[in-house]
Amino acid sequence: MEPLIEARHIVKRFGELVANEVERFEVRTGEVHGLLGENGAGKTTLSKILYGFYQPDAGEIRVGGALVRIATPAQARSLGIGMVFQEFSIVPALSVFENIALFMRALPAVLPRAALERRIAEVADELGMPMALEVPAGALSAGAQQKIEILKQVLAGMRVLILDEPTKVLAPQELTGLFGTLAALRARGYGVVLITHKLREVLEVADRISVMRKGRIVAVQERAAATEAGLLALMFEGRVPLADARGGARSMGGKALELRGVSTDALQQLSLHVREGEILGVAGIAGSGQRELGALIAGSTRPRRGTRLLWGEDASRWSIARIRQSGVAFVPENPLEIACVGELSVAENFTLGERRYRSGLGIDWPRVHADAQAAFARLGFRPPPLNAALRTLSGGNVQRVVMARELGKQPRVIVALYPTRGLDVRSAQAVRDSLRACAAQGAAVLLVSEELEELFELSDRLVVLRQGRLAGEFEPSAFAPEAVGAAMVHVH
Amino acid sequence: MSTDGTFWRAAWIGLAAFTAFGLILGIAGKHPLQAYLDTGAYVLGSLEGFTELFVRMGPLVMAALAVAIPARIGLFNVGGEGQIYMGALFATGAALHLAQAPSWLLLPATIAAGFIGGAIWALIPALMRVAGVANEAITTLLLNYVAPLAVAYQIFGPWRSPESSSYPQSPRLAEAATLPVLPNTRLHAGLLIALACLAVFAYVFHRTRWGLEMRAIGGNRTASQHLGLPVRAYVLLCMALGGGIAGLAGMAEVSAIQGRLVAEVSPGYGYMGFLVAWLAGPSARAIAGMALLFALISSVGDILQITQRVPFAVVNILMAAILFSVLCAGRRR
Amino acid sequence: MIAALLIASVAAGTALLYAALGEIVGERAGIINLGVEGVMLVGAACACAVGAMSGNPYFGVLAAALAGALISLVFAYAVVDCAANQLAAGLSLLLLGLGVSALIGNPFVGAVMPGLPSLARMDALVALVLPLTALIAWGLWATRWGLQLRAVGENPTAAFAAGCNRRRLQYQAIALSGMLSALAGAHIALGVAYTWAEGMTGGRGFIAIALVMFARWNPWGAVAGALVFGGAEASQLQLQAHGVDVSPFVMNMLPYLLTLAVLPLTGKRGRLAAPAALGRPYRGVE
Repeated sequence: MEPLIEARHIVKRFGELVANEVERFEVRTGEVHGLLGENGAGKTTLSKILYGFYQPDAGEIRVGGALVRIATPAQARSLGIGMVFQEFSIVPALSVFENIALFMRALPAVLPRAALERRIAEVADELGMPMALEVPAGALSAGAQQKIEILKQVLAGMRVLILDEPTKVLAPQELTGLFGTLAALRARGYGVVLITHKLREVLEVADRISVMRKGRIVAVQERAAATEAGLLALMFEGRVPLADARGGARSMGGKALELRGVSTDALQQLSLHVREGEILGVAGIAGSGQRELGALIAGSTRPRRGTRLLWGEDASRWSIARIRQSGVAFVPENPLEIACVGELSVAENFTLGERRYRSGLGIDWPRVHADAQAAFARLGFRPPPLNAALRTLSGGNVQRVVMARELGKQPRVIVALYPTRGLDVRSAQAVRDSLRACAAQGAAVLLVSEELEELFELSDRLVVLRQGRLAGEFEPSAFAPEAVGAAMVHVH
Repeated sequence: MSTDGTFWRAAWIGLAAFTAFGLILGIAGKHPLQAYLDTGAYVLGSLEGFTELFVRMGPLVMAALAVAIPARIGLFNVGGEGQIYMGALFATGAALHLAQAPSWLLLPATIAAGFIGGAIWALIPALMRVAGVANEAITTLLLNYVAPLAVAYQIFGPWRSPESSSYPQSPRLAEAATLPVLPNTRLHAGLLIALACLAVFAYVFHRTRWGLEMRAIGGNRTASQHLGLPVRAYVLLCMALGGGIAGLAGMAEVSAIQGRLVAEVSPGYGYMGFLVAWLAGPSARAIAGMALLFALISSVGDILQITQRVPFAVVNILMAAILFSVLCAGRRR
Repeated sequence: MIAALLIASVAAGTALLYAALGEIVGERAGIINLGVEGVMLVGAACACAVGAMSGNPYFGVLAAALAGALISLVFAYAVVDCAANQLAAGLSLLLLGLGVSALIGNPFVGAVMPGLPSLARMDALVALVLPLTALIAWGLWATRWGLQLRAVGENPTAAFAAGCNRRRLQYQAIALSGMLSALAGAHIALGVAYTWAEGMTGGRGFIAIALVMFARWNPWGAVAGALVFGGAEASQLQLQAHGVDVSPFVMNMLPYLLTLAVLPLTGKRGRLAAPAALGRPYRGVE
């Protein structure tokens, strides 16, 4: 029997980066096919190609045996391919019924409520997820909303469902519900692509597992033949950098930054500290609370419980301005959105919030220019024209400007979230060298990164963040991809 | 953006708007061409007509600043009209109650009172905005209707002039409380105040670090907050300044033009000022130029009213045509 | 006295309700229109003009409805097709309405208007407003059109994914909204004041906008709100009639002050009840 959907020789590049190089990927009728891999392995790219968001640079896709070109998501849907994203396209204010009805095809002008509700209830029961239809969708738990998303797709006539990290938003007790739904879908001949990094789930519910690494599918295993250890090895195969690549031992001072039992909306009872001269690496799957951790230390949010301490002083109630004045530098994940103002020039961005450039009513521009040039030089970056508006620069250049600004002011605490993401190899190395240099000069560095190699290379200590909690702490001697990876993905 | 390109774009928009307005007038049975010619004759041919342009320009510049200053940080102050009225009210109050004060005190006090009145009227919506209660667009608009009522209350009641005959107004303000006026014209020092405010605004905005911070907040409020800029303080400050300057316009109307508080303090300067600011952007020169243009449009309205008995309010169509042209030329999909 | 106050409140509140219903439809589709006042004035002027020329108030009402829809199309083009800032475009509509209404109404200042025939101050427009409210509520919640319209106002991306035609829906919403606002103006002109005067709607358009927030974007909530605000207006005359000496100016301020006072009460929950995509020009994938 023809597979529901089959992709061959798919190649997808973004600039220099090869995001996908997939020989063969197929989904059979009545199958739950797990697509397993680390962040950045290429799973989402592949699925977005199947869903028409991206066009492959090479390769072909067949649906039900027929060669097709999927140019847009609308076309994908007309072919029966549906995708459930991590951010649901649920309209929170509308009721469950309305959300589902909105997506149904061939809806009559006057909604035949009773008939539609019956049909929805029918299918919902078949799939083992009874639900109350009148409730506003926004009031439901993430798990229930996800069920609505799936139900929506089924009732709109989809045959292949691609689920992108569906368990990420679920509470542990909601997992069985999802698995039941997937089993019911399988029993009715649907094809399900389950994109995930979680081994437990894939071992429990998938029929076949394709493991992706660096854009390729490195193995396709039947569930019976797959083991945890085996899958981990396939996912995280990589070498451990030599210990002496990290340079000699650094002398470390007192605790510069400390969090004691802090809880916010996303973080739970988190405690960690970074000493002067120390680089603390923070590993974790995306969405484990890294952004919230950065915001907490930078001052945009305050801890609901617990304390935030800077050099031993309780800084829990300090304003952002005060935190920055005391020497804390912050390189966020999305610098273009929250760390700089596009309309202003590079030089002007250097001055925002900095007291030392004030000169009478205006700004001491010569000093700004000098500092900026020096900052870029220290990082080994070529400085962009200082009077160019920031929004005319490329994304990578904006990142470099923010980095130069933050690291250039000789900070005493540095919080850097994915600082090398999107940078070319040379610039990325320059950033790493710079962080190391700052630490050597006594700064306390908290580095969040999705690249284990980078963390291993730079960190004096490594912690793992998972679902807002600390899930492990490692000394350099214990830096091993399998161990850290296991803590990241929660294998018992 | 090249100045050349902006000029021609503005010229095209102006042409389109004046043509559209002319067409509408024509359909209504009026004579737009005649009106345009009459306006030209009036403005260029008589001292009164010529100076009247500058008389109108003053309040328009101030009303535009009332919009432009908050707009730099992303706020929408549409309450210029109400702030003008409150400025007039406070200024009258000061002038009447301090009438016995020495002259070197009376005029500054009157001016200051006008500023304070407008500033307070703008601070109410500003506080509501900072408290997260309501968007300032709605609150400033609502207050536009309350302020003239407050003025009417005063001149029908406590401040009713005993000598006035047919319509209510306040007693004449003391000589010492009136702004100096150029003889034989209605041109008064208010224009100087307006231009001074404009110059200060331009300087602060383009050459000081406060102007830089305002541009940062206007460009990306979230980033500015994350960088530690005192955004809330700027919201309150900019609204207060804008409202205060509008209040000065009201003060000038009362002090120099009317000499007393009357029911209709402003013929819609607040809304015209909004247009001037929106069309001109942050450039001081553009604000001055646009204000002059709108003063001209205002004269067209007067001429239409006098020579063809068209109500002055019809001139709003021309202004709407200009604004719509700009809004739609922005990004056509 | 209560009965008289109630009747007066209904008469005063009808115009507010029409305008609020129109604005609810528009805002449910994600469009905030500050120019309601201008459209109301155009409706009032047209109603007077056509009513006076034809001698029949119902022709005036029909003309008003048509004019309101037409003039709103200019606004629709700006905000839907050109993705213009909705607040600025709304003010343009306001100015346009101020001017056009002055032009149309000018020849009829002081003329004798054929008033809408009424029974105990209930004229045709008053009688129609409650059934109309029911119709709009039904339209928004029981039809495919209403579902799609609300989806567009909440989450245009999801609506697009579901195949809704955002452009068509928003144009329809704005045209309908314009018609209703114009009917509000027509009622003020031919049902309450029986005359034309420049700017005669006196800011009721802005009260209607605040009313929509107060009513949590629900047509039935708008009925309650219109009664309250109409009551504030009507009570002034009642009080005067009974010899209570309150300054008419202070009384006139009441609706606006009441609106301002009510805004903090709608508070966080209230603002969360707003259509999620209200006021945001759509620049996304399409």
